[in-house]
Amino acid sequence: MIVNGTALQPDPTGVLHWAEARLIAVADLHLGKGKAFARHGSLLPPHDTNATIRRLAEAITRLEPECVVCLGDSFHDREAVSGLDQASLAALEDLARGRDWIWIAGNHDPAPPAMLSGRAMEAFTNGGLTFRHEPSCAMVAGEVSGHLHPSAVIAPKGTRIRRRCFASDGRRVILPAFGAYAGGLDVHERAFSGLFPAGFDVWLVGGREMRRIRGNRLVRPAWIES
Amino acid sequence: MKSLHDDLHVTAPGPESCLRHSTSLPEAVGHWFMARGWQPRRHQLDTLAAMTQGHSCLVIAPTGGGKTMAGFLFSLADLASSGGSGLHTLYVAPLKALCVDMARNLGAVVDETGISARIETRTGDTPQACRRRQRSDPPDILLTTPESVALLASWPEAGHIFGHLRVVIVDEIHELAGTKRGDQLALALTRLSALSPGHRRIGLSATVAEPMKLRSYLDDGAGVMIIRADGGAFPDITIMEAGNRIPLAGHTARHAVPDIYRAIRDVGTALVFVNTRSQAERVFQDLWEINDDNLGIALHHGSLAREQRLKVESAMAEGSLRAVVATSTLDLGVDWGAVDLVVQIGAPKGVARMLQRIGRAGHRMDEPSRALLVPANRFELLECQAVLDAIGEGVLDGAPRERGGIDVLAQHVLATAASGPFDPDTLYRDVIKAPPYASLERGLFDRIVDYVATGGYALAAYERFRRLTACDDGTLRISNEATARRFRMNAGTIVEDARLKVRMRNGKVIGEVEEHFVLGLSVGETFAFAGDVWALVGIRQTDAIVTRARDRDPRVPVYGGGSFPPTTNVAGFLRKILAEPDRRAVLPDDVREWLDIQTKLSALPGVDDLLVETFPRAGKMFLVAFPFEGRPAHQTLGMLMTRRMERMGAGPLGFVANDYALAIWSLRRVLDIETLVDESLLLEDLDDWLAGSSLLKRSFRKVATVAGLIERQHPGYRKTGRQVTFSTDLIYDVLRRHEPDHVLLEAARKEAMDTLLETRRLEDMLVRVRGRILQRDLDTVSPLALPVMLEVGRQMVASSALDDLIDAFGGDP
Repeated sequence: MIVNGTALQPDPTGVLHWAEARLIAVADLHLGKGKAFARHGSLLPPHDTNATIRRLAEAITRLEPECVVCLGDSFHDREAVSGLDQASLAALEDLARGRDWIWIAGNHDPAPPAMLSGRAMEAFTNGGLTFRHEPSCAMVAGEVSGHLHPSAVIAPKGTRIRRRCFASDGRRVILPAFGAYAGGLDVHERAFSGLFPAGFDVWLVGGREMRRIRGNRLVRPAWIES
Repeated sequence: MKSLHDDLHVTAPGPESCLRHSTSLPEAVGHWFMARGWQPRRHQLDTLAAMTQGHSCLVIAPTGGGKTMAGFLFSLADLASSGGSGLHTLYVAPLKALCVDMARNLGAVVDETGISARIETRTGDTPQACRRRQRSDPPDILLTTPESVALLASWPEAGHIFGHLRVVIVDEIHELAGTKRGDQLALALTRLSALSPGHRRIGLSATVAEPMKLRSYLDDGAGVMIIRADGGAFPDITIMEAGNRIPLAGHTARHAVPDIYRAIRDVGTALVFVNTRSQAERVFQDLWEINDDNLGIALHHGSLAREQRLKVESAMAEGSLRAVVATSTLDLGVDWGAVDLVVQIGAPKGVARMLQRIGRAGHRMDEPSRALLVPANRFELLECQAVLDAIGEGVLDGAPRERGGIDVLAQHVLATAASGPFDPDTLYRDVIKAPPYASLERGLFDRIVDYVATGGYALAAYERFRRLTACDDGTLRISNEATARRFRMNAGTIVEDARLKVRMRNGKVIGEVEEHFVLGLSVGETFAFAGDVWALVGIRQTDAIVTRARDRDPRVPVYGGGSFPPTTNVAGFLRKILAEPDRRAVLPDDVREWLDIQTKLSALPGVDDLLVETFPRAGKMFLVAFPFEGRPAHQTLGMLMTRRMERMGAGPLGFVANDYALAIWSLRRVLDIETLVDESLLLEDLDDWLAGSSLLKRSFRKVATVAGLIERQHPGYRKTGRQVTFSTDLIYDVLRRHEPDHVLLEAARKEAMDTLLETRRLEDMLVRVRGRILQRDLDTVSPLALPVMLEVGRQMVASSALDDLIDAFGGDP
C-alpha cells in the first residue's frame, strides 16, 4: 500500500505498519465497551478489553515499533478509562514503556487518558502522513484515520464473505476498527461518500495474508441507495 | 413403539369406564347441542366427568374429533352453575389463529346458551390498553399463547391474575411438548400451580405414538387420566403414478404437475401441502402455467402478508376456491370445512406429520380422508412408500427430545424475579416439577441463576450491575424496574432471522422475507414471491421495495427451517424396503428397475447394514455411504469423517449430503472403512470441530437472545442508515477464548448437538452398523449413488474453507 508516496504495510490483524518509520497505527480499540453495555443492562462478557489489549500486544511484539499511534476512540466512553482494571492498566503501561505512544483524541474519548503514559494529541504528523481520528471532508494527502470502521463484502464462488478492511485510494487510508466488540460499516455506506472520489481499494483483515482488492469487485449491499 | 390402531380404537382401562354414566351435560349446553341435532361424543362426556371429579386429563382424538369442545365442557358447566370470580380457565394454543378461532366458537356457545362468561384473547396483537386492563380485571376465559402466559406470570400482580384459576387447557399439546416453547410453557405451568394449587390441567392432542410422554409433560404430580376418542375411518392414501418417469433428484415435482392439476380438477376442493415455502412458490407458479380451466388456486404460507392469508382462509371457508398450495402454516386446527383431497408434494418425512395433514381432508371422523402423495424424486418415492408401510403396520414415530433448554430456564428465572422476590431453593423445587427439567442438577441451576444475576463470569466484573440482588432473608429480587421492563421487551423463545417487508412502490405490502435472502440479491434481480415474480428496486429501512417483473427463471427464496429429516421410524421402514424384495412389489416399474440394477452392479443393504461404495471419478476417489438418517445427521457425519480422513492421509477435498446418503471425495482411497465410521468419531472429533464451526455461532446467537444476554433486534433497527454491525459472533469469539466453560456456551453446544447436528441419532446409527459395513469397491458410480452425486458442487462451504475462498478470490499481493 502506497499512501502519498509512503510505503505502508497493512497487517492481517488490522494494524497499519510503517516499517521504515518503525511506527504502527491502530484505530478504534473501544476499550471498556463490554462494561459500558453492562452499565445499561446487557451483561456481555467482560473480556473484550483484555482480548483487545492482548491482540495489540501480539502485534507489537511481532512488529517491534518505536512509535504506536492510537487513532482515537481508544476508549469506549469516559468511564472506560477510570473503569479499567489493574491488569489492563499494567498491560498498557508495559506496552508503552520505551516507546513513543500517541493517543489521538476521538469522539468517544475527547479527553486524553491522564493516568496513562503517552502523549495526547488532536492530530500527529510525521513525514508525508497525518494521523487523525476522523477522515476530513477536505482532501488531505497522506491522511491516516479510523472512526468509520470500514468493512467489505466479497462474493467468491457464489458465497458472501464480510470482513473488516483497510480502504485507501493512495492519498488517504482508513483503518479497520481493532476492538474485539467494534463492528463494521460497509464501505458503500453514505458515511464514506466523497472520501474516495476516484475509487478505492480494500485490504480484508482476518485472513492469512493481505491482498489488494479493487473497490469495484466488492458486493454493493442492496440496502445502500446508489 | 406404540401401535397406531391401539391409539385409534382402544380405550385405556381404568376409572373412566365407570365415569360414563355419572355425568351429563349442563342443561344449557345440552339444549345447545340438541338444537343443532348433535350428540355429545363419548370422550367429551368422559372428559367432563373426569374433570368434575377433579382429575387432570389428556384427551387424544384425531383431527375433527371435537376434542377442543371436550376441553371446554367442564369450564362452561362450572361457570354456568357457580358463576365466575376472576380468571377461571386459561386456554393455551401454539397459534394465535387458534385462539381467535376458538374465541369465536366459544363466544357463540356462550351467547346462545346464556351462560354468563367473559371470553377474551391475549396475543401479540392485543392492544396495550386492553392488556393492562386484563391484568387488573382478567376475563373468565382467556385464550392465549405460551409466550403470553410466561409474560403474564412475570407481572407483580400474577397472584391476583391466576389466584382463582380452575382449569388450564393446552391445545395441540403434541406440537408444543419437546420444543423450546413447550419448555417455556412447562415452566410457566409450574408457576401457575404455585399460584393456584389444585387446578386441573387438560391437554388436547392429535393421535401420537407415545401418549405417556405427553401425559408426563402435563402431570403436576396429581396424575393425569388419558381419554381417547373412538377411532376415525382409516385414511385412503395413494402414491401418485405420474405419467412421466420419476426423476432421480430434485424437489420440484415438475414431472407430476399435470397430474396434480388433473387431480385438483376432478374434486371439489383440495389442499396441496409442500414442505417448504420455496416449494410452495414453485408449485403455485407451475400450476397456474397450465391452469387452462382457470380454477381458483391460491397460495398460503407464513411469509405472506396477514391480510392476504386471511383472504385466502375466508375464500376457502366460503368454498370459492378449488385448491390452496400451503406449507405447515395450515397443518393445525383452524377449521376449513369440507376438503375433498389432500395432496402432499415431496416426502412427508414422518407418520405423525402425514396423518395430521391427511386429517385436513374430510374432517369428519366417520368419513375416510383421501390423500395423494406426490414424491419429487426416487428416494422420496421410497420414503412415501415407507410412510405408507408404517401407517399400514400401525407404527408411529417416537417422541422428540426431552431435555429442557438452559436459555429458556434463564428467561424463566428472570420472569420469576420480575414478578417478585424468590427463594432459590423453592424455585429449584418448582422448576424440577416441570418434566423437561426433572433431571436438572442443582449445580447447573445455580450457574443459571448466577448468569441471570451477574452474567456468570469468572471475573466478578459486574457486581455493580447485578440484575438480581440478594435480600437478608436469602431471597433474590430484581435490582430495578428497568431490568423487568427490558425482560418483557425481550421475552420469548422463538428467534427468527430478521425479516424485511416486501413492499410495492405504491406502498402495498405483499409479505415478509428473510433479510439474508434479500441482502444476497442485487438491485434489479428477480425473485418469485407470493405467487408472482418481482424485481428488487432497493431496500429502504425495513422494506424491500419491489416492482412486478417478467422472468421465467426467477430466484426463489430459500428459507431457514421448514425442511425436516425423515423420522427414525420412517428411515427404518425405508431400509426395510431396500432389504426385503417383497416390499418392492408395489413400486413403479422404473423405480424397481433402478433398484434391480443396483443389486446387480453393487448391492442393496440389509436392514441394519451400512452400504459404503467407493469408486474413482475425474481423478478423485469418491466414497458414498447410505445411512438414511437425514441431511443434518449426514452433514455432521461428513464433517467428522473428513477430519478423520485428513489424519489417515486420504486428502479429503469435500463432501455433500442429502437425506439419504453422504458423498465424500478425496485424493486417495480410504482402505479401512471400519475405522472411518467407528463410534469414537463422536468422542474424539466432535468437540474439537464444533468449537470452530459456524453452527455453534448460529446456536449461540439464538441462545444468547433467549437467555437475555443480548437484546432482540426490533423492527426498524436499521433506521439510522449508518449501521455498525456488532454481531453476536464477536461476543462468541471473546467468550470462547476467555471463558470456554461459560453456561451459555454449554447451552449453545447442547442446542447445536440436539437440534442441528442430531448427534444422538448419529450415535444410534454408528452403534447399529458396528460390524455391518457392506463395502463395495466399484469402477464407477452406482444407480443408488447417482442422486447424491448430482448434488456435488452445490454443497455448503465449511467455515474453515473461508480463507481458501478469499485466497481464490485473488487480488494483488
